[in-house]
Formats: sequence, C-alpha cells, structure tokens
Amino acid sequence: MKMLSKIAFGVVGLHALMVAPASATDQVIKVGMILTLSGPSASLGENIDRGAQLYFKQHEADLPPGIKVEIIKRDDTGANPDIAKRLAQELIVRDHVQFLGGIVFTPNAAAIAPLATQSKTPFILMNASTSNLTRLSPYIARVSYTQWQTAHTLGQWAARNGFKRVFIAVSDYAAGIDSEKAFEAGFAGEGREIIGHIKMPQTTPDYVPYMQSIKDAKPDALFMFTNSGRITTAAVKGFAEAGLSQAGITLLGPGDIASDEELDNMGDAALGTTTAAIYAASDPRPENVEFIKLWKKAYGEDTVPSFMAVCGWDGMAAIFSAIKAQKGIVTGEGSMQAIKTWTNPFSPRGPIAIDPDTRDVVMDVYIDKVQKVGGKLVNVTMETVRNVRDQWKVLNPQ
Amino acid sequence: MASLLSVIVSIVFHGLAYAMVLYVISVGLSLTMGMLNFVNLAHGVFAMAGGYAALWIMKAQGAPFTLALLMSALLVALASIVLERLLYRRLYGAGELDQTLMTIGLIFMATAAAHFAFGPLPQRVDLPPVISGHFFVAGRDFPTYRAFLIAAGCVMFLVLWFGIERTLVGARIRAAVDNRSMAQCVGINTSRLFTTVFALGSGVAGLGGGLGADIIAIAPGYAMEHLIYFLIVVSMGGLGSITGAFVAALILGIGDTACKILIPEVGAFFVYAAVFVVLLIRPAGLFGRTT
Repeated sequence: MKMLSKIAFGVVGLHALMVAPASATDQVIKVGMILTLSGPSASLGENIDRGAQLYFKQHEADLPPGIKVEIIKRDDTGANPDIAKRLAQELIVRDHVQFLGGIVFTPNAAAIAPLATQSKTPFILMNASTSNLTRLSPYIARVSYTQWQTAHTLGQWAARNGFKRVFIAVSDYAAGIDSEKAFEAGFAGEGREIIGHIKMPQTTPDYVPYMQSIKDAKPDALFMFTNSGRITTAAVKGFAEAGLSQAGITLLGPGDIASDEELDNMGDAALGTTTAAIYAASDPRPENVEFIKLWKKAYGEDTVPSFMAVCGWDGMAAIFSAIKAQKGIVTGEGSMQAIKTWTNPFSPRGPIAIDPDTRDVVMDVYIDKVQKVGGKLVNVTMETVRNVRDQWKVLNPQ
Repeated sequence: MASLLSVIVSIVFHGLAYAMVLYVISVGLSLTMGMLNFVNLAHGVFAMAGGYAALWIMKAQGAPFTLALLMSALLVALASIVLERLLYRRLYGAGELDQTLMTIGLIFMATAAAHFAFGPLPQRVDLPPVISGHFFVAGRDFPTYRAFLIAAGCVMFLVLWFGIERTLVGARIRAAVDNRSMAQCVGINTSRLFTTVFALGSGVAGLGGGLGADIIAIAPGYAMEHLIYFLIVVSMGGLGSITGAFVAALILGIGDTACKILIPEVGAFFVYAAVFVVLLIRPAGLFGRTT
C-alpha cells in the first residue's frame, strides 16, 4: 500500500510539473543541486536534498510576488570530480541556473569551483568540508562546516578532559587528512601524545583488522573520521566487535561518525562515542522541535534528520534570503553580497552566520555523547562551544 | 613473543572470518558462471535479496536467525527459477556482451527497487544474543559472530563439495557442463539441470547475503559495490571450482587482513595485487581448467 501511494504521489508530482509552467509574468530562479544520490553515500545526498526540499516547501510562499524558485537535481554518484564538473557545466550553460548548491564530496566541489568563478554563479556548499574550498572561488560560500571546526574543537576538548594517548585512523582522502591535522593541532601539548596513525581506504568492508591493531597499541582514545553513512556504521561496528570499548578506549570523532539517522543501524556498538558535532536531533531548542515535526510529517514518523539534512535546510535558507534581499533582479554579484553577510539566529542547529571575509560558516559546535535515552540511541550534548570559526584559515592566512 | 603470537592469532581469526564472507557471497557465482557458462554480473542482486529477505523474516516474523537464513535462501532460489525461465534462458547461447548488458541492467533495476522499497540506508542487523557477544579463549576475546561465520562457511564448502563431486546429481551436472549434447544423448534433462544449478547458485548467494549481513551491509548499492569482490574470488579460484573459490577466498581474506594489521598503508592494494599475480601465472585461476 505504502509503495502504491508512493508511485501515485510520483505520478501526480510529475503531472504537476508538466501542466504547471510558470506564468509569463513570473520570474523563475533556478537552483542547481548537485548531490550524491546513488552508490554507498546515497543517504548523504538524499538527506541534504530532503532538508533543502523541506525548507523550499515551507517557505515557498514567503518569496517576493512574481518570483518562483525551481530546484534542478543532479546525481554525481560519489566522489567523482569529472561527473560533478560535467553536471555543473550543463546546469550553468543549458539550464541557466542562478545558484549552484549541494555537494557531498570535496573533490567534486573543487572541480566545480572554476566554473562558478567564470560564470559568476554563487555556489553554496551544503556539506563538502575541506577548509580551503572557499578559497578556490569568490563565488563559493559554505553553510555546512569544516573538518577543522569540528575536529580542532574536539582536539581541544580531549586535551582539557585528560586524554593522554590518542590513536588516529582516518579515511585516506582530503577530508580525512584535514580532520587528522585539525585534531592534532587542537590536541597537541605537554604530556599528550598521538601514538599512531592509520589511513584507511575510503571504503572497505572489514574494519576489524585495523581496530585490532589499534587495540594492541593501547591508546586512551581513538580519533576516527570516516564518511558518514554505511561506511561509518561498518567502522563503528568494527570498533565494538574488536572489543575496543571493553578495553576502555573512547571513540572520538567529528559528528560524521555518529550521525543521528545511522545510530539505529549501529546499535549498541555506538554507545559512548563522543563527537564534536554541528547538530543533534535531540536538541530541545524550539526551532529544532519545529524542524523535527515538519521532517517527520514529510518523511515518516520513524525517520530522523541528520546534520546533512540541516545543512540542506540552511543552504536553501541562504539562497532564499539572497533572492529576497535583491528585490526582483537576481545577479551573481548581488547574491554573493547578500550571502556574505547572511546570518540566521534561528537555524534548527542554533545560530549560524557567514563570515564575510572567508565566506565560511561560523557556528556553535556541540560535544555530544551517544547514550541510550528511553531505549533509543541518541546524541546527548554535554558541552557547547560558541561561535567556532575555521581555525585552518586562522593558521594559514592567505 | 606473546605479542607476535597474538598478532598471528588476530590475522588468522579475522582473516578466516573475512574469507568466509567472501566465499559465501561469491561461490554461487562460481557455480553459475563456471557451470552454465553465463556471465551473471547480477549475482549480487540475489545475495542482496537474500539479505533483505532474511532480515525482514527475522524482524517481521520473529523467526530465529538460522531459520530466517534458510528460508531466505529458499525464497531467492525460487525467485531465481522464475528469472531463469523468463530472462536468463534466452541468453544461454548468446555472446558475453549480451549477457553482461542484461545482467548489468538487472543490477540497476534491483538497486532502484531496493532504494524505493527500503530507502538508501543500510538495514539494521539484530543478531541473536547467542552469536552477538564475545567469547574468551586463553585470555583473548573473540567476536562470536565471526566464529559462527567461519563455521558456517566451512560447512557450506563441505556440503557443496560433496554435492558436486560425490553425488549422482553432481555427476550429471559435471557431465552436462563438460559436454552438453553428449549428456543429452544419454538421457539427462539438461534444461532442467541448468535451472537447478542456477537456482542452487542463487540460493547459495541469498544465504551468503544474509549470513554476511553484519559485515557487508545490506543496502541498495550492494550488487554493484561488491561485484568486484565476487569477480575477483571467482576468477582467482577458477570458474566452476568450489574448491578454487574457497582457496581464493582464504588467500584474499587472510592476505587482506594481514596487510591491514601489519602494513596498513598498503592494506587496500593487496587484493588487487594478488589477483594480478595469480592471473599472470595461472590465467584460468588457481583451480581452473585451461581449455
């Protein structure tokens, strides 16, 4: 029955698209969303898309009269810079989009950056979290977060909280290496030591052997970064299966490794995982309660939005505010001017703003721990670090 | 010395467990590809279907793990008979390109269908408490699920080996593979036999999908993402060889694990390097017959 209604919904939706072109007086602003919607990381792209669509539906009516927004969605299928670039080119040249957005993977964003510059198309990153990305084009702004914002904050927290010997295992690509450096920079200090590094392939079915050798090194904690989704679930299960939690080793990482939507799949293996996250679905602030309510209404009672979903929501919010600020004539420069100074005190994740100098996001970072509340695994916030900026840009001035 | 021993124990144990996962999800392909001479790239679809079915039977019907596994294998085998009669049969004599195109198409359809029906996230696996914990031997702890996998993989190997090499049905299958027209002449119904082999291969794949679900997560992309592993095991072992697939899985599983533990920097490359070396020396695979 559920499937039938889904099909029916799809058919009706398709129909609506075909029979309802914008009337002649309407100005249609096209937003090209490039996301990973298939392959091992499909859930990441889908979450961003769902968050963005939710904002779109909720705030469509707030647009200035005569302006309509159309979202054009494309699937880059994973960390594939060549595909992402081709899609961006098509969106710019053929569909004449006024905004580009989305992007799960850093390499894809880097490939699109020159196109954004040439065509003066604002390019809003809703995940891709490697620090230097915003420097690749003056038309890039990031609403998500950087690995430095989460991992550096976590490194400082681990240093404050008595961890002495930490092992680092990260996915062997840009974001993983970024998070490793960031954690080390935050953690470094008298009497503290990184006792080992492992760079793991971005996908591998079996993480237990890595975990076994980490366990044998006897650290206090393991700092880990893997891509959120199925890969992280396998890694966290490996952590538990090799018995690291019983050996008294704490699992630390950016919020990617304890994404709310994945906790249920990880099961009790995730208990005790401590992360520096940008969003927790359990956050009781009213904006988040409202967001969760809308989410469950749209996507089902048993679904939970992840931090990716909130980034999609925020990205669309930034695009909408840029459209509204320009009163009808939307240009690339005008949009960037508006987005550069965009602030939103009422995002579901808390107050966020774009730093006009770096076009990168400034936000609160939450130190969360996975705990069982009422029989369900949730991220419980233990500490909030306010107004976190990207430390990499501070340490590496242009 | 103690630490060296402990490293070796880790490598052998975890390597065996990983090898068994590789074996149980790949051996079915060795059967269909080797015996039917059919390039069935959609093999992973049957493994994925088995995984979804086993988890669903456990969750919705509350059936115990082993029963759910067997039921799902049976379901997949039955479903594969329908597919064999409708689709595969038409392409038995066709070229490899046609077979590849059709089975790749099946992968795309199955991926979309699984995404549509179950969503993009991997399925949650609730192992029964009996096999979800750890057990202790000589002061070391081992995950019980992996020990269970090792046992199940070995049993599966023995049953398949005995079935193909030592029974009458197995002899008929081997005869039909070696010389189909001669087998038909002596009164063997090869058409039915091929359906049986196809169902067996698919059923074994379904069983493997469910059995390995806690290591190789059941998600819509399953058939495509792990295709490379199936093909590696099968080509390295030699087409149609039950023993070959087993030995190849052992080499790959233990080698991969050893590299991950001893030299993590090259851990990801071992599998591919091993395939190169084996196929350079023995192009038909370890136990393959050169024609």
